[in-house]
Amino acid sequence: MLSYPAELKYVKSHEYVRVEGDTATIGITAFAADQLGDVTFVELPKVGQSFKNEEKFGVIESVKSVSDLFMPCGGEVTAVNDKLSSEPELVNSDCYGEGWMIKVKLSNKEELNEALSADAYKDFVVE
Amino acid sequence: MVVTALKETPLAAVHKSLGARMVEFGGWNMPVRYKSDIQEHQAVRNKVGLFDVSHMGEFLVSGDDAHDFVQYMIANDVNRLSKPNMALYTQFVNEEGGTVDDLIVYRRENDFLLVVNASNMEKDWNWVQKHAGKYKNLNLKNVSDDTALLALQGPKAVQLLSDVVGKDLSGLPSFSYSQEKADGLEISFGRTGYTGEDGFEIFSATGDAEKLWNLLLAKGEKYGIEPCGLGARDTLRLEAGLPLYGHELDDQTGPLEAGLGWSVKLEKGDFIGRDKLKAQKENGVPKQCVCLRSEGKALPRQGYEVWSGGKQVGVVTSGSTGIHVGYPIAFAYVPPELAKEGNQLEIKIRDNMVVAHVVRRPWYKRAK
Repeated sequence: MLSYPAELKYVKSHEYVRVEGDTATIGITAFAADQLGDVTFVELPKVGQSFKNEEKFGVIESVKSVSDLFMPCGGEVTAVNDKLSSEPELVNSDCYGEGWMIKVKLSNKEELNEALSADAYKDFVVE
Repeated sequence: MVVTALKETPLAAVHKSLGARMVEFGGWNMPVRYKSDIQEHQAVRNKVGLFDVSHMGEFLVSGDDAHDFVQYMIANDVNRLSKPNMALYTQFVNEEGGTVDDLIVYRRENDFLLVVNASNMEKDWNWVQKHAGKYKNLNLKNVSDDTALLALQGPKAVQLLSDVVGKDLSGLPSFSYSQEKADGLEISFGRTGYTGEDGFEIFSATGDAEKLWNLLLAKGEKYGIEPCGLGARDTLRLEAGLPLYGHELDDQTGPLEAGLGWSVKLEKGDFIGRDKLKAQKENGVPKQCVCLRSEGKALPRQGYEVWSGGKQVGVVTSGSTGIHVGYPIAFAYVPPELAKEGNQLEIKIRDNMVVAHVVRRPWYKRAK
């Protein structure tokens, strides 16, 4: 079963955000990982780059598809999960844990007010 | 708005119960994967995999003129099937030298069985009927709806099918055709496939398909069998350098351009498209299909531009990660002068020009 941890926030482009203080950890949801199938490559930005909410920040490739990654909030990149360059399959096996993508310093926390709760996201993807 | 329901194979319920992800393919609702494309691909390379390919079309050609008709329709030489129970790979070529479809022709005791692509089935059926008129003693029958087709592929396929029919099949030649019983079910099979591995494509009546599928999965458990979807089928055929209609072959692209010259027999006598193919053979092809190995990790995909010398020279027709070989691979069409092995080209992947080398076909070849 695909899981959607309650402590996270979700957006309709299938990224999640874990907010701790003014830092947001961003990745893709279990639904997205399942749709993509085996992830083979994740192209991520560099530390120090800034992105607006909903801006494209990277690309994810699986055996069968290629998709853009979009910011669920604006901010400056403070960390990138380098492990994904050698183990992109972590996105499939542990999307909310070791398969995280970037951490950003939130530019405007209020942007996340529009993000979905776990239950609302689950309803969105089941439809 | 016209809503056309997708066609279902006789195994639709089985795929659902196995939790397959289904996709539309050529008008059919087909399993793309059960668990993982990579796992299914490697199961076929290392053990054995089972595919439902019942969407493919089957035509029977019989009557005294069947041999001459088939010979006129295909680019390969039907006389290579010197006795019944043999098969060959070939194409229907159109008058302009493009490809109507690629197919396998089986010579059986009393007829020929033609296995065609699902997405082209109607076009192919119209094509064979259109050319049947001048043959007096010819019967054409489209048996696609009555026929299920399973592909059992991988190094353990021969042991598994031998277990299932209770007979050692290891001595069967490649592209042979046999009829056997499997737990009371009437089956027939060619030692053929579309993965680059040893294996069989197994025909049964539609109503027996589920029993046959379950029998193969159950008996295959000790060999590590995996049900495999169209995702793995595509990455396997690509890695093995096998063309896919709609990618490397289409109505405008012929077998010589696709690198299938080994299957075109210009000297056998007349057949549809022969003049155009002969001219291509003598004067050169307008474009050539090449095997590319690209650098980095970004994957080439169908439609991506191929560049050389600062300009676009071609286009990728299929691309993926070579799951077994371990690097990105692509088929592309380029001008023949750029098709030489070792030549360096570039593929435009998003905003980057990625270096790609022309390599020998295929990327993966199994050890004999």
